[in-house]
Amino acid sequence: MCLAVPGKIISIDGSKAIVDFGGIRRKADITFLEEPKIGEYVIVHVGFAIQKVEEEVAKNTYNLLAEMEDE
Amino acid sequence: MNEYIDKIKAIASGMGEVRIMEVCGGHTNSIMKYGIRGLLPKNIKLISGPGCPVCVTSQSDIDAAIELALNHIPLAAYGDMMHVPGSKMSLRDAQARGADIKTLYSVDQIINDRKRVFFAVGFETTTPMTAKLLSEGITVFSSHKLIPPAMKVLVTEMKIDGFIDPGHVSTIIGEDIWRTLDIPRPQVISGFQPDALLRAIYRLIVLIKEKRVEVINDYEEVVLPKGNMLAQALIKKTMKEYDAEWRGIGVLPKSGLIPRDPKLDARLVFEEIVSKAPAAKDNGCRCGEIVRGMIEPRDCKFFGKECTPERPMGACMVSDSEGACAIAFKYGRSLSE
Repeated sequence: MCLAVPGKIISIDGSKAIVDFGGIRRKADITFLEEPKIGEYVIVHVGFAIQKVEEEVAKNTYNLLAEMEDE
Repeated sequence: MNEYIDKIKAIASGMGEVRIMEVCGGHTNSIMKYGIRGLLPKNIKLISGPGCPVCVTSQSDIDAAIELALNHIPLAAYGDMMHVPGSKMSLRDAQARGADIKTLYSVDQIINDRKRVFFAVGFETTTPMTAKLLSEGITVFSSHKLIPPAMKVLVTEMKIDGFIDPGHVSTIIGEDIWRTLDIPRPQVISGFQPDALLRAIYRLIVLIKEKRVEVINDYEEVVLPKGNMLAQALIKKTMKEYDAEWRGIGVLPKSGLIPRDPKLDARLVFEEIVSKAPAAKDNGCRCGEIVRGMIEPRDCKFFGKECTPERPMGACMVSDSEGACAIAFKYGRSLSE
């Protein structure tokens, strides 16, 4: 339950953002991010972005975590 | 990856048995999936800890949630909770009997639904989302737990030489706080990839060998020194500590979080219904011993026989991303392999 999946912020509307997870786009809440910006990478846990991460980190962790979340 | 296996073999030779607990169920999953235990020297033992929220939720909390649902209180819960057997039935069974229970991917789905009660489980990673619901005036039946109090108890009960600290719990609470928690063992905060785990295990063995009770943040890209302070602030505003009951461990002081506002605390609002929940019944399931790292899934006579993910007898067989029994079943190997 503590897994978090990295994705990229595509658009922002108030406390909500559209996040792209390797091609799949979902809404995520960004209440817990300081100054989120379009184009930034975040890790998302049960529909909430909990941390910004570097693009490289997001790409490195994407495969493993996405796989585990799907199982 | 081989680099750290070789380094671990070199440093571990000549050491006695080293017992390392991975607290987080996500780590257990990675360790099992990649067969990491089998790559380690025989004297390095990895023990799975209590880091599966579904597993440590007490039977009485599950029964209370089911009782609410059967008494026509609209409920919502994360998917895994639906399948956990209560003393008489699961939430899924209650739903089949007509109870109104919404299965959630995100709490966002019920943020405007003030009549619904959220049955909240999870550790520090999942608590901010419940805090957000509370800030919007949604009533919560909280089984939220805090990981460090359980770690403190486990070190007094069994031999643990060091901890792999949970990754995303630490994203919320931060790196620095671990140094203030008085957990008297070396600790390394780790990521979830197999190479990250092997590096964390190596660094932990170094600390153990040199008898350094320190905390290393080996997941710096995702864990900041102070953690997520916005999340911490909302949790502090909306929730307070209480003495939570853990499956297999019992009641631990200040080890859980409940709503600060009594009007949003379903335990109080629906006290009469909750008190009518059936007394917990023992069906022989040994999940309680498994979350403490005392036994392995295969030590239970029901494992893979009467108890499977399709027909779980207990909580450890429910979540196949975090429950030790479900993970062991999925990968077809015992935890020590």
